[in-house]
Amino acid sequence: MSNIVSVKNLTRVFDVSKPWLNRLIERLPKRMLTAVSDVSFDIPERTTYALVGESGSGKSTIGKMVVDLLTPSEGSVEIEGINLRETRDAATIDRIRSDIQMIFQDPFASLNPRWRVRDIITEPVAARGGKTDGLAEKLLEQVGLSAEDAVKYPHQFSGGQRQRLCVARALASEPKLIVCDEPTSALDVSVQAQVLNLMSDLKDEHGLTYLFISHDLTVVRHMADTIGVLYLGRLVEEAAPDDLFTRPAHPYTAMLIDAAPRLDAFGREVEPPEGEIPDPIDPPKGCAFHPRCPLATDVCKVDRPALERHGLGRVACHHAGQIRLKGAA
Amino acid sequence: MTPVLELRDLTVDIPTRHGTLRPVDAVSWSIDAGEILGVVGESGAGKSMTGNAVIGLLDSPAHISGGEVLLEGERIDHYTLPQMRRIRGKRIGMVFQDPLTSLNPLLTVGEQLEETILRHLDVSNAEARKRAIQGLDEVGIPSAKNRMDAYPHEFSGGMRQRVVIALALCAEPTLLIADEPTTALDVSVQAQITALLKRLCRERGMAAMLVTHDMGVIAETADRVAVMYAGRLAEIGPVSQIVGQPRHPYTDGLMASTPAASAGQARLRQIPGAMPRLGRLPTGCAFHPRCPKAEDKCRVDPGPKVGEADDRAACWFPIEAKESAA
Repeated sequence: MSNIVSVKNLTRVFDVSKPWLNRLIERLPKRMLTAVSDVSFDIPERTTYALVGESGSGKSTIGKMVVDLLTPSEGSVEIEGINLRETRDAATIDRIRSDIQMIFQDPFASLNPRWRVRDIITEPVAARGGKTDGLAEKLLEQVGLSAEDAVKYPHQFSGGQRQRLCVARALASEPKLIVCDEPTSALDVSVQAQVLNLMSDLKDEHGLTYLFISHDLTVVRHMADTIGVLYLGRLVEEAAPDDLFTRPAHPYTAMLIDAAPRLDAFGREVEPPEGEIPDPIDPPKGCAFHPRCPLATDVCKVDRPALERHGLGRVACHHAGQIRLKGAA
Repeated sequence: MTPVLELRDLTVDIPTRHGTLRPVDAVSWSIDAGEILGVVGESGAGKSMTGNAVIGLLDSPAHISGGEVLLEGERIDHYTLPQMRRIRGKRIGMVFQDPLTSLNPLLTVGEQLEETILRHLDVSNAEARKRAIQGLDEVGIPSAKNRMDAYPHEFSGGMRQRVVIALALCAEPTLLIADEPTTALDVSVQAQITALLKRLCRERGMAAMLVTHDMGVIAETADRVAVMYAGRLAEIGPVSQIVGQPRHPYTDGLMASTPAASAGQARLRQIPGAMPRLGRLPTGCAFHPRCPKAEDKCRVDPGPKVGEADDRAACWFPIEAKESAA
């Protein structure tokens, strides 16, 4: 099985300094925020790779770099073995670009309110001069809406239906890879189930590959073939869902799983995790998680652990595999 | 014992040019001291509207058109603005979803806390400051004394929500209404805030109405759960029964479509369709177009109230215990 996406040592630094005049007058140094740092992973064809993490962990930044909306500061993204940043051949770039589509979080902001549904859905094809006859109608039926909806405007649809429109638009150019950035976070739980089921069905029908970005562990467990857990811009653990949820090897993963509310835990009394994500402008030395980590020792404060093989997955921790889930079921 | 909050057939109407909408339709429930009632439902189910009706924060033209709101046995739904002002903050505390917009960005958190305390309690300035520090300390803000002079933007999201909770609690209310208090927060911080709410309710014997769409938060935090659908109460009962043995087909669908409940399954169970718009409610039971058990009676007769056909669910054909287990 070949890799459709191959991300190598991806790093992105944002300049969050004040304007130069303020810096001059107040004698402030430049401030740099490292949103993503040294992240590497591969996504094999026809699988779902999920990135999870709390806000500020860099998951959306990685998504944007994969679809080439942001330039990496260091490292590379290869789609089907081709690095779009280095290729000069216009035809190749065009072919790869049409293989990538994106679904965004907010279906109210990602659809043009002044366009009819037909134009919205066929735009990825029309923009490249492709034939669009009957395309919108066909796609609408595939995502569970009706062909007559093609002449409507986005405001005539509910949130879940709008997200179906976004899915239809993403399918229009027959892509191989769809990057979904929190596709169901804005939806109610019963509608979320509809959209997730739709995405699973389409994956099988069209042979799609998903890069699925979410903060919701339960959704990720349901959708993903491989999960990558991010903390402060670094990949701290990568494993298959069942391994990750039953035997997390990184203390941060264990903390996330313990903290996630569970349906079967009435009046559960667990100590909530302490602390919050540190300031990414000035992250802790050594392992970024050590101030919150129950296993932290002196080595964690000095030496940052590398992402290494652990069982079937990868973990970046000096004490990998020693953590136990509190609410072990 | 008189319940802290009792709703009797509370109804809210919004008159519009195209007819009157009814976002809250004859909702009845009560909350005892020290109890957390979770209110769940999809967006548009009327859960926030119910909370706002209780404290008289309905935006015109929405208004209470029927029923009663009783706070510790005292009817408050017809109170005037000055009367309501004495109740808000003093006897009913509020926590909203977005902690940044519920704090004044131009005042330090200390000033905001002291202002609230001085307004509602008869204490000296020095005493108010002492209580404000105590309040921040109680909600788990480290070095509370130094943080008194910080502005809201200097706090992180989770810390801000703690400040809002301190603010809601500083006049020692008997009822707390929390409207999606953890929705804007990360999962580890969400766990901290729900644990905090639980501890405070237990220690102070305060009643709380926790409005959220997150079934997981409800399952862990609430003592009893009220499920709302299209403005009406669909089902109410102890949390273990609502989650474990739902009787209303809507509750059942809601539980089954939560990904956690079906870990390992290839497909999630889904409820077909979407919640109807208020202006276009179907005849009969509002849930019947999406309901797997709907029969002719459901399409014609308006759904029963809780207690009419079943003591927990507002449904003509509630799910029997063994059915939902299968």
